[in-house]
Amino acid sequence: MVADYEPILSSRYGVPDAHRLAVAERNGAYATAKKALLTMRPDAIKEEVKKASLRGRGGAGFPAGIKWGFLNPKEGDDIYLVINGDESEPGTFKDRTLLNLDPHRLIEGALITCWAIGAHKAYIYIRGELAHSIAILDAALDEARAKGYVGARPFGKNYPIEIFSHPGAGAYICGEETALLNSLEGRRGEPRLKPPFPAIKGAFGMPTIVNNVETISAVPDIIRMGGETWCNLSRLAPRDGGVRLYGISGHVKKPGVYEAPVGITLRELIDDYGGGMLHDDRPLKAVIPGGSSTPVLRPDRMVEAEAEDHPLHEWHGKSEIDVPMGVDTFRALGTMLGTCCAIVMDSSVNMVDAARNLMRFYRHESCGQCTPCREGSGWLQNTLEEVCEGRGRPEDVALLVDIANNMMGNTICAFAEGTAMPMLGMIQQFHQEFVDAAAAGLPEGYRHDDSTRAGLAGDPADAVADGASTDDTSTDEVTA
Amino acid sequence: MPFALTAEREKQVEALLTRYPNARAALIPVLWVCQRQHGWISPAVRDWVAQRLDLSTATVTGVVTFYTMFFDKPVGEHVIWVCRTLSCDLRGGKAIQEHLEQRLGCHAGGTSTDGKFTLMKAECLAACGQAPMVQIDDDYHENLTLEGLDQILDSVGAAPAEEA
Ligand SMILES: Cc1cc2nc3c(=O)[nH]c(=O)nc-3n(C[C@H](O)[C@H](O)[C@H](O)COP(=O)(O)O)c2cc1C
Ligand code: SF4
Ligand code: FES
Repeated sequence: MVADYEPILSSRYGVPDAHRLAVAERNGAYATAKKALLTMRPDAIKEEVKKASLRGRGGAGFPAGIKWGFLNPKEGDDIYLVINGDESEPGTFKDRTLLNLDPHRLIEGALITCWAIGAHKAYIYIRGELAHSIAILDAALDEARAKGYVGARPFGKNYPIEIFSHPGAGAYICGEETALLNSLEGRRGEPRLKPPFPAIKGAFGMPTIVNNVETISAVPDIIRMGGETWCNLSRLAPRDGGVRLYGISGHVKKPGVYEAPVGITLRELIDDYGGGMLHDDRPLKAVIPGGSSTPVLRPDRMVEAEAEDHPLHEWHGKSEIDVPMGVDTFRALGTMLGTCCAIVMDSSVNMVDAARNLMRFYRHESCGQCTPCREGSGWLQNTLEEVCEGRGRPEDVALLVDIANNMMGNTICAFAEGTAMPMLGMIQQFHQEFVDAAAAGLPEGYRHDDSTRAGLAGDPADAVADGASTDDTSTDEVTA
Repeated sequence: MPFALTAEREKQVEALLTRYPNARAALIPVLWVCQRQHGWISPAVRDWVAQRLDLSTATVTGVVTFYTMFFDKPVGEHVIWVCRTLSCDLRGGKAIQEHLEQRLGCHAGGTSTDGKFTLMKAECLAACGQAPMVQIDDDYHENLTLEGLDQILDSVGAAPAEEA
């Protein structure tokens, strides 16, 4: 199945120099944009994108065609397209491959989308660390401008479209769409209260569509193939259509970015694409399915969906990692598909330590506008530091649950939930491990990079014995 | 000393200003142009940027301090960011940091005594599948081994580690 799959979205990844316009064009780029701008009405394009069931690839999975329909510009409004290339959700590294290997696909998608939604200007916001990706994209934009594809008369049509890159400067929160708009406008990257939503009042106070890099890059294929045909490439059609990029990192033999139809399982991603577990004697313990904000799954936990009308009934009694990866299926499972980039952890990892690593991240990245988020992320980290250092108290497990619960609901943006949910998920799935650490700290001599640290020095034979695995077979539920 | 951009960089600023409906939106890209020339965002740089974009210095400072990549203090000739978020840590990010600290003789957040390197801890740099990794100035170095890291450090002119 992996071997005979013909990539669509990443079809030019294997073509040398596909970031050059001439090469990309020889391999299909811009033919669809030309056809769309010269022969299709904007409404017809929007209709195809709706039929495609293209779910947003930035994390929330909102259908792109429906989002575009929220625009309702007033006379004299400028509509903007803003493309989110902030890519900072821990574990996520897929958009960068599009920017580096096939920027013309993104530009082509931006041209078609601008025409479809009535925008004359698009900004592609890219995190500041990716200086090389920004340079590659800028060079591609220069080539497209020189050819006349971007500019006053794209493909000869009297419909000016300008596209610019815009750099970030180091702040996870700028991936949140309203923080990103503030950052684009030269402000601190602090999220704005919604409503108004960007489609009503976004960049520079104007109606704005914000979409992820991969979402926009999928548009040319949808228009070329037709929305329905593209949608049906998915195993979860018609609700969650097409193909997408999957990332896999952590303890697998072949971490990386792979294209596949929507709806493969985590087990397939790990075994067939990721090459299986890194060490044959360290089994899979847990997997964070789609970026650090998505609650963790474990292979030895079974789906409970006995009721015939349960959305996951088909997978009742199967492992959590055998459920197809989709926006709706993973929500039904109590987690989220997020960015579809999985972090794989083997039996050498202590979940309390993994939680501490992530809570350090969230504490560092909270923008600080909302008290529950600012204080909560700090408390979570401090409590986990104490627990990991052996200074915890038995009541700290309940305290962590309490803090996390209090972060949800009353904040300006979804960052706080994205912090609290994975925290609660880890405690729920590995309760005993948290209880043990609160009582006695992390196991003696434990380091979560033990399974690769010795290998780093070039001599895997020195690999430190696995003394750290706490096999948690408890099914204790968190009571909160 | 007042700050000014080279003629070539001033041209970049002019081009940036044409991209947006107002001058303020060019603030972050303009700060980048300045930091690439000056190495950090000194008070003189802030004053210059404020004047160039017709903003208050307080506004510029508020933005500079929000973003981790803008340095409000001088840094070493090269800045090394070591990723310590989960995917990298699972593949040895901590060992990479320890090795860097030993070789450079400074802790994360500090600068080597020869002033050549500033070492910083980074949060996920979108290279998780190529962990462990570091960013040195604009360049990503991925799938690191300790030997590989040593070679990279040699090539950017780090002194050999002192015997412990
Ligand atoms: C804290 C936070 C961080 C986010 N980071 C990103 C990001 O790095 N990239 C991205 O595309 N979307 C990110 N999002 C989602 C965006 O807010 C927005 O939903 C998305 O860009 C919309 O595009 P899509 O519908 O095509 O997915 C983030 C959201 C939150 C709450
Ligand atoms: S929830 Fe957190 S990150 Fe979001 S606006 Fe509030 S403080 Fe900032
Ligand atoms: S965790 Fe290091 S690059 Fe993502």
